[in-house]
Amino acid sequence: MSKLLVIAEGRDGALRNVSFEAIAAAKKIKSDAEIVGVVLGKDDLEDKANELIYHGADRVVTIAHEKLQNYTSEGYGQAVLAIVNDESPDGIVMGHTSIGKDLTPKLAAKLDTGLVSDVVDIEVNGDRVEYTRPIYSGKAFEKKIITDGLTFVTIRPNNIPILDRDESRSGDITTKEVDVADIRTIVKDVVRKASKGVDLSEARVVVAGGRGVKSADGFKPLYELAEVLGGAVGASRGACDAEYCDYSLQIGQTGKVVTPDLYIAVGISGAIQHLAGMSNSKVIVAINKDPEANIFNIADYGIIGDLFEVIPLLIEEIKAVTVEA
Amino acid sequence: MNIYVLLKKTFDTEEKINLHDGRIDDDGAEFIINPYDEYAVEEAIKQRDEHGGEVIVVTIGDEDSEKQLRTALAMGADKAVLINTEEDLEDGDQYTTAKILEAYFEDKEVDLILAGNVAIDEASGQVGPRLAEALGIPYVTTITNLTIDGEDVSIEKDVEGDVERIETTLPLLVTCQQGLNEPRYPSLPGIMKAKKKPLEELELDDLDLDEDDVEPKTKTIEVFLPPAKEAGRVLEGDVQDQVKELVSLLKNEKKVL
Ligand SMILES: Cc1cc2nc3c(=O)[nH]c(=O)nc-3n(C[C@H](O)[C@H](O)[C@H](O)COP(=O)(O)OP(=O)(O)OC[C@H]3O[C@@H](n4cnc5c(N)ncnc54)[C@H](O)[C@@H]3O)c2cc1C
Ligand SMILES: Cc1cc2nc3c(=O)[nH]c(=O)nc-3n(C[C@H](O)[C@H](O)[C@H](O)COP(=O)(O)OP(=O)(O)OC[C@H]3O[C@@H](n4cnc5c(N)ncnc54)[C@H](O)[C@@H]3O)c2cc1C
Repeated sequence: MSKLLVIAEGRDGALRNVSFEAIAAAKKIKSDAEIVGVVLGKDDLEDKANELIYHGADRVVTIAHEKLQNYTSEGYGQAVLAIVNDESPDGIVMGHTSIGKDLTPKLAAKLDTGLVSDVVDIEVNGDRVEYTRPIYSGKAFEKKIITDGLTFVTIRPNNIPILDRDESRSGDITTKEVDVADIRTIVKDVVRKASKGVDLSEARVVVAGGRGVKSADGFKPLYELAEVLGGAVGASRGACDAEYCDYSLQIGQTGKVVTPDLYIAVGISGAIQHLAGMSNSKVIVAINKDPEANIFNIADYGIIGDLFEVIPLLIEEIKAVTVEA
Repeated sequence: MNIYVLLKKTFDTEEKINLHDGRIDDDGAEFIINPYDEYAVEEAIKQRDEHGGEVIVVTIGDEDSEKQLRTALAMGADKAVLINTEEDLEDGDQYTTAKILEAYFEDKEVDLILAGNVAIDEASGQVGPRLAEALGIPYVTTITNLTIDGEDVSIEKDVEGDVERIETTLPLLVTCQQGLNEPRYPSLPGIMKAKKKPLEELELDDLDLDEDDVEPKTKTIEVFLPPAKEAGRVLEGDVQDQVKELVSLLKNEKKVL
């Protein structure tokens, strides 16, 4: 039987959804593989370990260490490698998040193996597993196979559906002692800007504003719209550079990559660097006063008009319709 | 200081993408310096101007990569190195690229290596961290600020919009994020000077590498364009009607409300 490691990732005390998606991805890669979850942190890892089991992991290895409180590539690298040494897995799956992007190439180099990054779909074709990933800023896709070495992949959040949570599942949780030494990159402090509420990269609905929103005040109706939709607010680089909102809201090649069910682009022109972060969204709505704006080329539905007129009406209409239901 | 920049020539993704024989058609396409590598070149020049030393730009590519290297030299880099794999290798992946770079750097005295955070075409973001690990030096990805004081380095790192302040030491590899600086345009005198700056060309042999040493671990079996969306529907009528129709479509047709 083969064995796949899934490296979980937390944020604000809970696991990010992509950790569960990684379990589902591992099951897709090999349906009968033993799935071993990995949880790292300072302390209190048991609840997280259980969550992995409820979501399909067969067992979990945890490492608690002071130096694992903040992510560093060296701390996490040493911890994961210690587990890899014990377990000799056939593969590793992790989220393509800022931590996943930072850590996995280091592990791949150390393990002298390949790595397929930013996977959005996995298909099994006979005994061949094919990984689909976006390339060229999302303008094309490629299918890759692994020809040698470990099965090592990172998956883009919000693309591979999680398995149903099942609290009756149980599995071993083992705690491993590791001496985390010699960290050469010290995190002095973190200036937290990321907003509370729905995690942008996991949101089912994203309402994103651009330079067309014109001011920080102009973003207020967007927040209201996001709230009635149970979604999160995002932004273009243009809006962030103009200081209408914080960079933590930025979507695109430099910012977050999102794949919601519904993306509403408001006063955003649709530069390729922005599209790279959202073009995989299932349904895209564009609201822009310029009929020539590039965003209309990838939108499912477009409204040509003044956003300050359209958004309040949209909020009203959605409220009306959802109250009906 | 010995400052190295890893530079990739990329397809300009602003351009229309066509397929030809199951590959991206790059006939007549515009090639550019990967935008995140422009930040790396700019930062390297600034750090050299402040601390002294040399900026050496390294690329793995083909004959045509000379163009992007000359541009970097025109911006102010001192030397360029082209590792030309055209004759020796058919296929390659991130494993290949990192292995070749590792062999190149093996006998170099390095203080700082700057790479891009991601290449806009293949976009894995693997090459920088892979190389740092292979060379046994620390790395910090997606940096937006870099201050060097002797051996000590302070960095601001972008983590999905949060800012992490990191302290570390040289030698070091960093990958550059938008916001780090504003890359300069090459000046006319810069362009003239660049023509005479040294550009060293190497092949696998010069790095004591065989094809087998760098054989890729992954393979692309298919490239395809996203399924053509039905032309997006621009709604009509007065605004009130458009909004009503939109909400109805989202609810009943797409079932996302
Ligand atoms: C290396 C690099 C990386 C980048 N990374 C990113 C990234 O990650 N994310 C990103 O977003 N950008 C990124 N950019 C920047 C990108 O190229 C664009 O400059 C940016 O996306 C533009 O933002 P915008 O659409 O808000 O502004 P604009 O292009 O100025 O568009 C504003 C739009 O608002 C519309 N508008 C104005 N008023 C109204 C109104 N009253 N009602 C309705 N519509 C209105 C206008 O018609 C226009 O289409 C990057 C650029 C580079 C070079
Ligand atoms: C011999 C050979 C054959 C190849 N054949 C193919 C092919 O058929 N199809 C295909 O799609 N790709 C091919 N590649 C390219 C390869 O798949 C990747 O594009 C390459 O490994 C870089 O990965 P990336 O684009 O994900 O870069 P990332 O890891 O995203 O790049 C991050 C940073 O690493 C540095 N970097 C990346 N690439 C280079 C480079 N070449 N030289 C110097 N610095 C670099 C830059 O600073 C860049 O900003 C080949 C590569 C080689 C060496």
